[in-house]
Amino acid sequence: MNKAGERLYNGLIKENPTFVLTLGMCPTLAVTTSAMNGLGMGLTTAAVLACSNLIISLLRRVIPDRVRIPAFIVIIASFVTMMQLLLEAYIPSLNKALGVYIPLIVVNCIILGRAESYAYSNPPIPSLFDGLGMGLGFTFALTCIGAVRELLGTGAVFGTAILPDSFTPIGIFVLAPGAFFVLAALTAIQNAIKIRGRKKGKEYKKLQSGCSEDCMNCSDSGCSRRFYGTEAKDTGVEVTDLEKEG
Amino acid sequence: MRERYKVSSNPHVRSKVSTSGIMMAVIIALLPTTGYGIYHFGIRALFVVLVSVASTVLTEFLFGLYKKKMTITDLSAVVTGLLLALNLPVGIPLWMAALGGVFAILVVKMLFGGLGQNFMNPALAARCFLLISFPARMTDFTYDAFTGATPLAALKAGGNVNIHDMIVGNTQGTIGETSMIAILIGACFLILLGIIDLRIPGSYIVSFLVFVTLFGGHGFDPAYLSAQLAGGGLMLGAFFMATDYVTRPITAKGQYLFGIFLGIMTGIFRIFGPGAEGVSYAIILGNLLVPLIEKVTKPVAFGAGGKSHAK
Repeated sequence: MNKAGERLYNGLIKENPTFVLTLGMCPTLAVTTSAMNGLGMGLTTAAVLACSNLIISLLRRVIPDRVRIPAFIVIIASFVTMMQLLLEAYIPSLNKALGVYIPLIVVNCIILGRAESYAYSNPPIPSLFDGLGMGLGFTFALTCIGAVRELLGTGAVFGTAILPDSFTPIGIFVLAPGAFFVLAALTAIQNAIKIRGRKKGKEYKKLQSGCSEDCMNCSDSGCSRRFYGTEAKDTGVEVTDLEKEG
Repeated sequence: MRERYKVSSNPHVRSKVSTSGIMMAVIIALLPTTGYGIYHFGIRALFVVLVSVASTVLTEFLFGLYKKKMTITDLSAVVTGLLLALNLPVGIPLWMAALGGVFAILVVKMLFGGLGQNFMNPALAARCFLLISFPARMTDFTYDAFTGATPLAALKAGGNVNIHDMIVGNTQGTIGETSMIAILIGACFLILLGIIDLRIPGSYIVSFLVFVTLFGGHGFDPAYLSAQLAGGGLMLGAFFMATDYVTRPITAKGQYLFGIFLGIMTGIFRIFGPGAEGVSYAIILGNLLVPLIEKVTKPVAFGAGGKSHAK
């Protein structure tokens, strides 16, 4: 179970999908007008992410490599449909508030990203916890952004007034530009904390998840780090060809 | 006797023009407008100006302390604060003016790397920030218990305006925008000193007039056109904010393009938009387009490019 705990920590803190990987920006910026919306969006995504990671990991030896993306999309879309029907049935108000962003979870790059970079090449239990960790990290980030925006934009958090009546709400924070300001500020704060931690000797390695730094035996052919760190190859620009053209 | 050589790296020829010198000239050029604003709107306008300037200068000072690189002496924070105050209505709560000043310097200027790196005019960005955040307070032009629409709003609603009052400045509006004469005095000063030229203001105003003539619904009506010219922040924006060195294109061609874009956008905002005014939005939109304009109007180095004669 140690692996599971490590995956949870990875998703929540070390590789927080919003603040560190900056994935899934569209829902992050669009639905975080209040803490409640952020929490709802985050939990919905987390549920889809955990389920889809588990199923994709279970099917990873069945899905042919060449059609894996369509296969992922079908699995994710099934869970999103289920989630939407559940929300419609039990929490219609949240479903209404999030609107089109619920079906759009299908194309949320966090989910596809985790499927591609972790679940497709790892066993089911770690994959499930990877999805849970990432999903909870996303939830945490969205709730934070939503809470700050709601506090500054309306003077309340989760609908309860916090600031005194003399406070004039700064309306821009519940509009689109406010999302950018708050996201940038929170990312800067967490970076500052990490830099301070690094100075004290704590290790925060920036790694692609699930990367063992062994590119030779890695199945992830789309990895951007694939050839990093290897010996520089002799590219051998043909000088003579250039001279001919000149 | 050995000859004395001074060895130094280039550039060897230096201009005497300095950033603080230019900023000082801009401050002097803004004095007539500021003075008229204080005379017209009363002592509260002075407080708004002081709070706004103090907040920008203090923010720059604190950021300089934090970064251990003091840039306060280039006076640009004073210009930003002054321009911001001139863009605010006189009745604005003072803390809002201060918030705008902090936003202008901290978010728009210093976080992007300080003077020269800001991607849009800090004073205008702060004005738009306040306008979006507090629309009610920012469009409340009440002073001396005299309420009424701004000339532009009256014009848009189909009412009549007194063009003489608008040119002198005896109307509603933000602190610095009402008096066309005071703004033009400052602008002439800057043009005579060679600090700004007429490319951007000229192309801005001409293209705006053409747009309003074509789409304003009044045809070529001199009274309507001059009211559009003298009303709102057009003059202040065209001469003092669109010409900001940092956020305007560098080449002459780019500056004409920039001015024409601003004119068209201002026309669209004023005539088809929900509000009566659109100068500030037009200018910050233009600022965002500057990198693209620079790309299109990049001059060809002497000897490079052109048609090749070699066959």
